[in-house]
Amino acid sequence: MSTSLLTLNNISRRFADGTAALVDISADIETGSFVSLVGPSGCGKSTLLRLIAGLDEPSTGSITWSNGQPDDVGFVFQDSTLMPWASVADNVWLPHRLRGVSREDAQPLIAEALDRVGLGGRQDAYPRELSGGMRMRVSIARALSLKPRVLLMDEPFAALDEITREKLNDDLNDLWAEHQWTVIYVTHSVYEAAYLSTRIMVMPARPAAFVADVPVEAPIDRGDGWRADPRFAQISADVTAKLRAAADFASHSGRAS
Amino acid sequence: MTVQSPLRADGPLIRWGLPVLFGIAVLTVWELLVRQLDIPAYVLPGPLAIGEALVSGFGSLMGSLWVTLRITLLAFFLALVLGTGFAVLFTESRLAARALYPYAVALQVTPIVAIAPLILIWVGLDNAEAAVTILAVIAAFFPVLANMTAGLRAADQNLIDLFRLYGASRWQIIAGVRLPSALPYLLSAMKISAGLALIGTVVAEFVAGSGTSTGLAWRIIEAGNRLQVARMFAALVLLSSLGIALFFVLSALEHHLLRHWHDSAEKGGK
Repeated sequence: MSTSLLTLNNISRRFADGTAALVDISADIETGSFVSLVGPSGCGKSTLLRLIAGLDEPSTGSITWSNGQPDDVGFVFQDSTLMPWASVADNVWLPHRLRGVSREDAQPLIAEALDRVGLGGRQDAYPRELSGGMRMRVSIARALSLKPRVLLMDEPFAALDEITREKLNDDLNDLWAEHQWTVIYVTHSVYEAAYLSTRIMVMPARPAAFVADVPVEAPIDRGDGWRADPRFAQISADVTAKLRAAADFASHSGRAS
Repeated sequence: MTVQSPLRADGPLIRWGLPVLFGIAVLTVWELLVRQLDIPAYVLPGPLAIGEALVSGFGSLMGSLWVTLRITLLAFFLALVLGTGFAVLFTESRLAARALYPYAVALQVTPIVAIAPLILIWVGLDNAEAAVTILAVIAAFFPVLANMTAGLRAADQNLIDLFRLYGASRWQIIAGVRLPSALPYLLSAMKISAGLALIGTVVAEFVAGSGTSTGLAWRIIEAGNRLQVARMFAALVLLSSLGIALFFVLSALEHHLLRHWHDSAEKGGK
């Protein structure tokens, strides 16, 4: 059954120079859901994700976790954010190391996480020896190795080519279907959102409340079948139209502040 | 067609052979000119005479080389520790940076020769070597400070956020992200700084003059006073060799430490 994981209560975030990044954001996010935040560049998606992660504080409003803020939130950035001086295995070890887990004790978790993203054989490689897609997998393995109940992802595949992105989307869907984590996923790709999510929330171009909240009724475990499904096309078209309307609204009412 | 010819412009034969060949050519012309024009040895000795002076004075010159090397290395080490320490302080505390940085710059732009007499009066009367070391530290300190400050600030902000997200303390962030990120900056500062430590040592030795300091600079002054120009050249050769050796050791260290992860190490550390 769906239980609430966290609630965003009228969140606003204003930066020191007076620019509003977020205004009046409210939402209730359910445990086990896959929520995509979609919106044009600069709409504050990433800021919202940072607030949820606790890396930043809202100026007004609050974030309420139903069972307290979990200490095992996984975060995946747009670039792989690996330590270039450390091997793949040492990079995955990082979150464990910061919790005082020795390399030996963490080794099974490291190996398992890397196996799961298909990089079991590259433990001793250095990030520069890997392709962009492989580095992203390491980054995901690092977030997964903690077995987080909440995974926050900030346009993780935006810099990758189409084929790699599809492959990683499939992997991500498999992992989510398998573990039923809650995933909050920032993207500007409507198709990615429609492929992965159980719910798509559309943010307007200028900071304001969500302009649309689209549920995605689809099988848990998806694949090319879902990509070919007419409902997938319907949802993509629907969200695209709402994004377009949001952009028009912004251009007609002028820039905020 | 890429033929692996040893005569390629970047092949080892050209890279090492060409400078050596050029050197031999210059030395030969030099020797011939000195002989042909009958230039007196107290004006310009030939390379052979310099080699002779190097061999005959080997014991005392090597002793002095060791003195200069010891002070240079100690000053270099202290400059690294102090430069890194202050860089960490400056990146962690804006106030400290604002308050102290101008003085670091002032120390850097004031010619070391001008400070030397002062330091020598304060410290050098009892311990000339300590005074020389202090002056060499002042000379070598700034590149480390400036580069490390830049390096610590250049750390990937997302990586720092990631550390914070996983509950890292301030020191874990410094040790785990900032210092490793600054390593390439530190290594290139080291190459400049080692040279400056040597220059600082020699300048300070010159100013210290008299018999209290026994480094290579003193040998040069001594030989100059006695018009032993070949011996002056011999000491100079040792000084340059020392500087070159330091540079190559540090380049090798840089290549070794960065080979896995940094683009600058890709093409070999030179």
